[in-house]
Amino acid sequence: MRKLALSDEILMKIEKPARYIGNELNSVMKNKDEIDIRFAMCFPDVYEIGMSHLGIQILYDMFNRRKDVWCERVYSPWIDLDKIMREQKIPLFALESQDPIRDFDFLGITIQYEMCYTNILQVIDLSGIPLHACDRTEDDPIVIGGGPCAYNPEPIAEFFDLFYIGEGETVYDELLDVYKANKASSGSRKDFLEKACQIEGIYVPAFYDVTYNEDGTIHEMYPTNEHAPVKVKKQVVMDVTNAPYPEAPVVPYIKVTQDRVVLEVQRGCIRGCRFCQAGQLYRPTRERSVETLKEYAYKMLKSTGHEEISLSSLSTSDYSELKELVSFLIEEFRGKGINISLPSLRIDAFSLDVMSKVQDIRKSSLTFAPEAGSQRMRNVINKGLTEEDIINGAGQAFEGGWNKVKLYFMLGLPEETEEDMEAIAVLADKVARRYYEIPKDQRNGKCQITASSSFFIPKPFTPFQWARMYTNEEYISRAAIVKHAFMEQLNRKSLRYNWHDAEVTVLEGVFARGDRKTARVIEEAYRLGCIYDSWTESFDNEKWMKAFKNTGIDLAFYNLRERDIDEVFPWDFIDIGVTKEFLKREWKRAMDGEVTPNCREKCSGCGAAGWGGGVCFESKN
Amino acid sequence: MKARIKFRKYGVLKFIGHLDVMRYFQKAMRRADIPIAFTGGYSPHMIMSFAQPLGLGITSEGEYLDIELKEPIASFDAVKQLNATMVDGIDVVSFKEISEDKKYSGMTIVAAAEYLIVPKEMETNALSGHHSKTPVFPKEWESAICDFMSQDEIVVLKKTKKSEKEVDIKPMIYGFHMEEAGIRLFLATGSESNLKPDLVMDTFLDYLKVQKSEMPFHYHRVEVFAKNPDSEEPKYVSLESLGHEII
Repeated sequence: MRKLALSDEILMKIEKPARYIGNELNSVMKNKDEIDIRFAMCFPDVYEIGMSHLGIQILYDMFNRRKDVWCERVYSPWIDLDKIMREQKIPLFALESQDPIRDFDFLGITIQYEMCYTNILQVIDLSGIPLHACDRTEDDPIVIGGGPCAYNPEPIAEFFDLFYIGEGETVYDELLDVYKANKASSGSRKDFLEKACQIEGIYVPAFYDVTYNEDGTIHEMYPTNEHAPVKVKKQVVMDVTNAPYPEAPVVPYIKVTQDRVVLEVQRGCIRGCRFCQAGQLYRPTRERSVETLKEYAYKMLKSTGHEEISLSSLSTSDYSELKELVSFLIEEFRGKGINISLPSLRIDAFSLDVMSKVQDIRKSSLTFAPEAGSQRMRNVINKGLTEEDIINGAGQAFEGGWNKVKLYFMLGLPEETEEDMEAIAVLADKVARRYYEIPKDQRNGKCQITASSSFFIPKPFTPFQWARMYTNEEYISRAAIVKHAFMEQLNRKSLRYNWHDAEVTVLEGVFARGDRKTARVIEEAYRLGCIYDSWTESFDNEKWMKAFKNTGIDLAFYNLRERDIDEVFPWDFIDIGVTKEFLKREWKRAMDGEVTPNCREKCSGCGAAGWGGGVCFESKN
Repeated sequence: MKARIKFRKYGVLKFIGHLDVMRYFQKAMRRADIPIAFTGGYSPHMIMSFAQPLGLGITSEGEYLDIELKEPIASFDAVKQLNATMVDGIDVVSFKEISEDKKYSGMTIVAAAEYLIVPKEMETNALSGHHSKTPVFPKEWESAICDFMSQDEIVVLKKTKKSEKEVDIKPMIYGFHMEEAGIRLFLATGSESNLKPDLVMDTFLDYLKVQKSEMPFHYHRVEVFAKNPDSEEPKYVSLESLGHEII
């Protein structure tokens, strides 16, 4: 029988011991004497969050198809166990073998959001691996990072040996082969990193240096190792249909956030909203064939026994075979007690029809993401949704029996005026007015319009990467303006407004566009005890502010200035295919309130066509 | 048609709680293509009910769930199909049809359970039935158990979420004796009257004036019983024995 890393005594004392015992259905066990490479794949958050991530499931499956690799999983121990492991000096372990992470060849960490940065340090630290890559020895695992935050890896660069920039399906095999060959020829850690950095998409931070201007901005970033390239090119899978997909994903015992079969229908988005990072990073849009998806649906429901299936992608309504796929899922599985869970779809006759089949209308709500209240502002951010679309869509839904609507907005967008903020409340009220146009005897009681706003964070590789942010106080006062406007609406009793926390926004802003210097703040915050910062119950802003003070890092430098159009950004060394020239053009168009058509309407020459496939070539096939 | 599934739960599965075991079996039914019936309505559920929940940390070779079938399936096939998709730590032992008669079906018939208690470090012995040559507990406990059980009443403080109350647990202890394999307890179980084995052992250690921490136990459920619906003797029969093979 497998011996667990934690004693029964500990497991009986902590919350949800199932997080740490492995042994789930479809988890992969191998004989460690028969493999060459041990890879620990980590999502630096609690098990229930980490297990819900599709990317890790894809890589886990892909790595384990190789006979010479055993890929295992590791997540952040929850706060209760974290404390015990530190007190009793128990090293962090992988779920499958229960062996210490420090005995592995690789520790791979997916980096999905900025607020997990202290958890990355937690994982490295509990593993007994030195926090800084420069302090690691030949015996330590290679720590590799990937995921969306790796597109600006600089704030966490010194904690990683290398980053994989882009989609994992392309060069991981090559990287593992290089590692194996290097190990076989008794090459050193440095030998491996030198070989690795020559693989397209691999970034080894130690092989680069950065010089700064007097004002603190970057003067130049340049390779210091002869093998390291000046630019690191993003990796993209062009044939998503034939890319590996986990047909038998791991099935957790405990309820996790995404407790269902997930079909990823496409990668990328044709829309080009100017605030959206994913919309630029994952260009060009590539669709998976509907026949392949149908086959996955059968296989994955069978291999997991899940009772629910859902679709995943950016802007799923743009998937060209959506009707075909959704109708198939309903006809094929609805009668077998399988729930079809829909992503938020553009509201039209089709989506309302589908929704009425798979959801209880009285309980479910409609979701719109206008992102901004006024049409002027929506033009600035290039969100194609018009007021007419929203009112008509809501109207159709109300007539079909719905009475709950959710509206999502952003505050603190570039060029935002007080009038734009108040327009959020006005728009919500117009939706309510549309509801009360329905004769009373045909209405389903009162309507409930819930508007939520988050604060806008400029992200690297977006047209808004030059934009400034605001202070915590300013954000709160903007939310107060909106709140006040809500109180003045005719249908205020049917309206609700809530806003997200501003303290976290400010930190996310710093690390989204931070440079190498900001690593000191993260490390200091971790030393002060920050961990699980994305969880409201453990987030401690005071400690973070203290970390800024202790390290002398100026928050305002990162958040409160509009960047010069020619400023060198920390992430400029990464080539995502979309050119900086295009982003500059888009930034200027935003200032002029000009809308840019989506990729299917008209090509805007962003540069992604250089990949030679996807939506850029649809009409040419 | 109703079917009763008996299964074993051991190894790391002892850390999986009751609700998660229910979820586990719902998914297992789908994977194994068991023709289970669903309730009607907007979100249909599988018709499934479990016998007395097993506490966290306890292993068992006598766990039960009853399900409703929409069409028959042979016992042999059902067991084979289910076991083909089980994780390490859960095995299906049997799959039997049970009568619709309330005397036989439903989990309200649960009346007693048998436990084997061994020292913590001998946990794996409990399931394998591996017996050591020498008794696993001090020999003098045999007479101590007799003395313990010959008290007029055994009053303990029973804590529930809402309150604490004094209860005489003696009438709920149907059997308490020591053998080479360990201590065997036969206890009232079910919705009417329910006694947990750790409460008995804690009380016994108190009686012996032995510190709990000096004697960590592992608890293993051997079987779950119903009152014999058909005759006086034996008084209790296993839930499994109330069903019959589907051919």
